[in-house]
Amino acid sequence: MECARAGLRVGVVEPRVPGGAASAAGMGHVVVMDDSPAQLALSRYGRELWQKMRAALPDSVEYEQRGTLWVAADGEEMQEVYAKQATYTSIGVSSQVLDEKALAQAEPELRKGLAGGLLVPEDAVVYPPAAARYFLDEAIALGAKLIRGVRPVEAAKGIVRLQDGSALSAGSIVIATGVDTSLVPWITVQPRKGHLVITDRYPGFVHHQLVELGYLKSAHKLTADSVAFNVQPRQTGQLLIGSSRQYGDAEHDVDNKILKQMIDRACEYMPRIRDLSAIRVWTGFRAATPNKLPLIGPTPDPTVFLAMGFEGLGITNSPAAARLLADHLLQRESAIDRDPFLPAHVFRGESAHA
Amino acid sequence: MSSQHWDVLIVGAGPAGMAAAAAASQGGHRVAVLDENPAAGGQIWRRGWNDDEHKPDAARQAQTGKFVASGATLFHGRRVVAALAQGVLETWNDAENVGERFAYDKLILATGARERFLPFPGWTLPGVFGAGGLQALVRNGYDVRGKRVAVAGTGPLLMAIAAHLQEDGAKVLSICEQAPLSQLVSFATALLKRPGKILQGLSLRSSLRGVAYRTGSWPVAAYGAGQLEKVEFTDGKRRWEVDCDLLACGFHLVPNIELPALLGCALEDGCVRVDALQRTSVEHVFCAGEPTGVAGVDAALLQGEAAGLMAIGLTAQAQKLSARVASERGFGAAMEKAFRLRTEVLQMAAKDTIVCRCEDVCYGDLKALADGQNTWTDAKLQKRCGMGPCQGRVCGPAVEALFGWKNASVRPPIFPLPISALSSEPQLRTDSNSAALQEIQ
Repeated sequence: MECARAGLRVGVVEPRVPGGAASAAGMGHVVVMDDSPAQLALSRYGRELWQKMRAALPDSVEYEQRGTLWVAADGEEMQEVYAKQATYTSIGVSSQVLDEKALAQAEPELRKGLAGGLLVPEDAVVYPPAAARYFLDEAIALGAKLIRGVRPVEAAKGIVRLQDGSALSAGSIVIATGVDTSLVPWITVQPRKGHLVITDRYPGFVHHQLVELGYLKSAHKLTADSVAFNVQPRQTGQLLIGSSRQYGDAEHDVDNKILKQMIDRACEYMPRIRDLSAIRVWTGFRAATPNKLPLIGPTPDPTVFLAMGFEGLGITNSPAAARLLADHLLQRESAIDRDPFLPAHVFRGESAHA
Repeated sequence: MSSQHWDVLIVGAGPAGMAAAAAASQGGHRVAVLDENPAAGGQIWRRGWNDDEHKPDAARQAQTGKFVASGATLFHGRRVVAALAQGVLETWNDAENVGERFAYDKLILATGARERFLPFPGWTLPGVFGAGGLQALVRNGYDVRGKRVAVAGTGPLLMAIAAHLQEDGAKVLSICEQAPLSQLVSFATALLKRPGKILQGLSLRSSLRGVAYRTGSWPVAAYGAGQLEKVEFTDGKRRWEVDCDLLACGFHLVPNIELPALLGCALEDGCVRVDALQRTSVEHVFCAGEPTGVAGVDAALLQGEAAGLMAIGLTAQAQKLSARVASERGFGAAMEKAFRLRTEVLQMAAKDTIVCRCEDVCYGDLKALADGQNTWTDAKLQKRCGMGPCQGRVCGPAVEALFGWKNASVRPPIFPLPISALSSEPQLRTDSNSAALQEIQ
């Protein structure tokens, strides 16, 4: 969409379903994430672009400014609340500290005795597959071509070869294939498996996107499997219940053991979840890079650019990444420093590993 | 955590499952049968509150007798919800609100079939039921005495259901069968080789004396202010209205393939692929009856018996049934052909007719996606079609008939269940044969 809007002639190759992989599996949480300065800048920029698009988004995208409520279980996590607020304040992201009572008022279904939380009111919830489809439809309306149902097998030197033997030529090729690195095998992107459960409709059961602060301890480890309390209210009244993170399991099957841990964790924070009706459980894969930052920008092949490796922040960062990428292609200035996301770091890193 | 272990586990206590249980119980094998209904019999032999008033069905009595005598244990009121580990099914017991596990050496899937609904304006009005759905309600005590009922759709069950409704005191006004007479005549000719089936048909016809059976006609719309008042029908040339209290409308049957698909059994043309001895593509898993292709009760009984024999290694005996199994399959194929859907019934819906009832997805929403490239997954992701509690069980077959989109994936749980069932303390009960009720007859 960004490229089509900038007046470029665009073709989109999609072997299966647009928005059908990580976008279809993820929660759709638009969140400013503060685990590194670069991630903070990118996710804040991403959220800002979402906010600017808001009026134009079709209803199907279900954009709702629910706010993220980071839940602190104890005094130690409360210290993190204050630290987190200081970080957000430093880049102009508003937030609000809730004490035990205010937390219970904001989310009555949380168990009693939690220490408090940090509310980030401008964070939002969207429905990612519809958002992906909206970006694509906007591009198509501006003349972009969708080439669907055939897999690209090679992309280099201005040529994309498709499995059916045909080829497309382009001045610039953008690889945005998520966890699939078959076109760029020199890139390290690890699939990080996640489980989600969706419930029947319980409007008003939960009001904000709830995430335990312990999430930061568990979610950003590079190796071990972990679960965290993470519940999201959908516009339909349904709840999405997460989350789990696993490396080294490339199977789509539900992993019974980690699913149970995940549900136990959710019930620990929100006991009455036990009684809600689950209608579906599924898995998906986040595209995790070694340095936890996405790859956005040029590669040694001057015709090939990357936009991948967003891990759990793909939907938050998608508008920002698209803008940065269009800036690269058109040699424009960018609103934020794009250096941390340059694939060149990975190429250098790779030689260092060797 | 321990679980109950069975030599042969059978899912579904309809004709196929009962026949399988009787066959597999020979020689002292431990056999369990799971069924979501309160009693054995499946959809076709569903027991009802007023069963005593009905004429006895010889085939049903014979089969039920064999099943009871077999010693197989029936666990009723159990829905299979997931298969999270090899050789184990996870079930949910609604009545007692507990999860249970059943481990098996061999598994026989006899999950039956369900009605296909096709959308037309007004089909979601109160008073409009599936044909089999209304019959099931009546069996559970819903009173149709004195009610004016129109029956419509397609398939051999329409007449049987109309006859039952009539016996239960309803006034059946007419039966509108979408298939043209010419197709049905060739089917009837094929039936001449099967005198038993003709006799069944004749006895139905006699109890429906005076009820108009209109072939080549189908519903245009159902009308009513908050409740069904009348149905408009057409034969393609003219239209007429029928004032009625209830409409029983179903478009033949589609196999229940969710559990087989979840277990990884290969499918073919929407049915579970089996070889001549009921083996699926998954080792130790057999399938019998409607899931392998809708062919009716006789096919289900034979296939169930064959699957039961195979499950306990009596291959030679199962092979002896192969010819008859194949012949009944031929009957099923002829039936599918006779009652195939005409194009007009695929065009009954208007733009604002709901197709997916769980998520209120209209025909127009889906039609807009039908660009030749989109799929069932696009319809799910973009319109939520099939994403509700029924997981596309109702709208899936309609969408497939209307747009050719096949449901690509089955996700656990197959039926909605309490979150606690997914937790590490699911109130699992693993002790009991006491939970099994032998109350079959």
